[in-house]
Amino acid sequence: MDKKPLVEFENIYKIYKMGDSEVRALDGVSFSVFEGEFVVIIGQSGSGKSTCMNIIGCLDVPTEGTYLLKGTDVSKLTDDEQAEIRNKTLGFIFQQYNLLPKLNILDNVKLPLMYKGLKESEQNERAMEALERVGIADKYHHKPSQLSGGQQQRASIARALAGSPSVILADEPTGALDSKTSAEVIEFLITLNSQGNTIILITHDNSIAARAKRVIRIYDGKITYDGPPSNDAIIRSTVLTQKEATV
Amino acid sequence: MKFTKTVKLAFESIMSNKLRSFLTMLGIIIGVGAVIILVSIMDGVTGQVTDAFENFGMNNITVSITSRGSTRYVEPEDMYKIIDENPELFTYCTPNITLNATVKSNISSENERSTVTGIDETYDKINQLTTEQGRFLQFIDVDKMLKVCVIGTYYEQTFFERGKALGETIKINGEPFTIVGVLEEKADSSENSSDQCIYIPYTIASKMSWNSSIGSYTVTMADANNLETAKSVLQKELTEILGSSDFYKIIATQEILDELNSIIGTMKAALVCIAGISLLVGGIGIMNIMLVTVTERTREIGIRKSLGAKKKNILTQFVVEAATVSGVGGILGIVFGAVVSIIAGKLLDITIIPSFFAVALAFSVSVAIGIIFGYLPAKNAANLNPIDALRFE
Repeated sequence: MDKKPLVEFENIYKIYKMGDSEVRALDGVSFSVFEGEFVVIIGQSGSGKSTCMNIIGCLDVPTEGTYLLKGTDVSKLTDDEQAEIRNKTLGFIFQQYNLLPKLNILDNVKLPLMYKGLKESEQNERAMEALERVGIADKYHHKPSQLSGGQQQRASIARALAGSPSVILADEPTGALDSKTSAEVIEFLITLNSQGNTIILITHDNSIAARAKRVIRIYDGKITYDGPPSNDAIIRSTVLTQKEATV
Repeated sequence: MKFTKTVKLAFESIMSNKLRSFLTMLGIIIGVGAVIILVSIMDGVTGQVTDAFENFGMNNITVSITSRGSTRYVEPEDMYKIIDENPELFTYCTPNITLNATVKSNISSENERSTVTGIDETYDKINQLTTEQGRFLQFIDVDKMLKVCVIGTYYEQTFFERGKALGETIKINGEPFTIVGVLEEKADSSENSSDQCIYIPYTIASKMSWNSSIGSYTVTMADANNLETAKSVLQKELTEILGSSDFYKIIATQEILDELNSIIGTMKAALVCIAGISLLVGGIGIMNIMLVTVTERTREIGIRKSLGAKKKNILTQFVVEAATVSGVGGILGIVFGAVVSIIAGKLLDITIIPSFFAVALAFSVSVAIGIIFGYLPAKNAANLNPIDALRFE
């Protein structure tokens, strides 16, 4: 592939110092994500997948290594430049939706557009468009607490979509949903991907991994598998965890 | 993010927690209210004092002859001579004799203890008195020691009926005096107002007071700007007559007013400073609550940052919120202060108009306090690390 990767991790380390001991949340991780991919990063809690996500999302910086987002070295940017990159390049979907409870759905979806500095009329237009795409346009004036979990997650997807980001980052998007709603959300993300959106999804759920085009398994801060979601990958990782458990 | 939108957001935030917002504002409300009340009342008092002095005549100089231990006196003729010799400095001069007398009308049996003033025929010009009925005292009354008097409307209404006093007789310390004039009402004809007055020729007053010398003169200046020259001329002449500058005092109405105004000004400044302290305390209250708010809303800040809010966006949001709280507090304080000062004005019977300057100043100070005391908490919020803020529970 000739194309430049959207996300490029080169030997990324994230080390937390806890007294004398140090915890290697990421221990030399390298991978690239290209435009149009649907990548699932899978791992158990404590595996380092969330740290990985935070670094991709420019919410955190690596201790060592280079992270290029659309060819830009993010670790060299100031806080405000990182904020701008988050605003223009990334769309977040969180496990807890993270909608602001005091704002209505429309105002929530407008937030990233507001920080982009768009005109009020354009903000409204684009936010409504995004709400239509996720199918809850009729609920635009509701407060988040008046919506079901699935609807709130759709609202947060609309918020992620509204700014037309290059990469959509989903952190356990189904973690707080029942299995039926989870399936709907995953289905929707797959549709988005087929429409050309690049999606990076973080989960601990193997069944979700099975739906992805590409799976990256992280264990103890290291990548243990990177490839298509074959049974092999899932079995192997299961074996690995079991082995780990017996040691 | 647009400014109006930020203000709207701030209002929503205030309304979502009314009790807390009100308690936060209370310090500002009390502080601003206190400033407005104090400034208004002090302005009212100053106005009243100035008015009172303008009644006396701002161009007047009072000469008091103490001459205790001296055998020399200042006769009216001496004073008239000084005035006549300096027409460019002085216009009028009158002796001033105050008698505490029992006053009684010929038709009622009521006795009144009262102050009767002995003066000459120029007194009405010196003190800007207008005769409403009849005439003022004339040279002939003074020269011939006639028992005539001019009274204020208080006595007209107490002893007689309105309009029926002219030609009647009142008894002052038992001596009958014919009423030749009634003065125009100056205040509201009530007791102790400037309408409670009786004027008789000084020549009679001097005789009735058992005092051979006259203790006080009122002199009018031709031009108030020549106060210093006028005083020095009077000093020179009086020192010559009395032999020493210890035997008299010269006091200009203007000087007393200046002195009073300066005392009132100092009091006002001191009171406003005290009120200012409560504004400061109010500001600290705002800072305290904003610090709590920032902690409570850490997650919101994290979400906003993850969506691309820059430091200045967060900073503006919280500073505007603090300024809105204190600004709203300021407005409530202004209303509170204005209402209280108007009520106080009614109770104290002085004209109180809340000054526009005090209102504008109080409002800007309260907004400024919001900005100053909101800045530190807002800075804390803006500097939060997005990942820590997002994880905050």
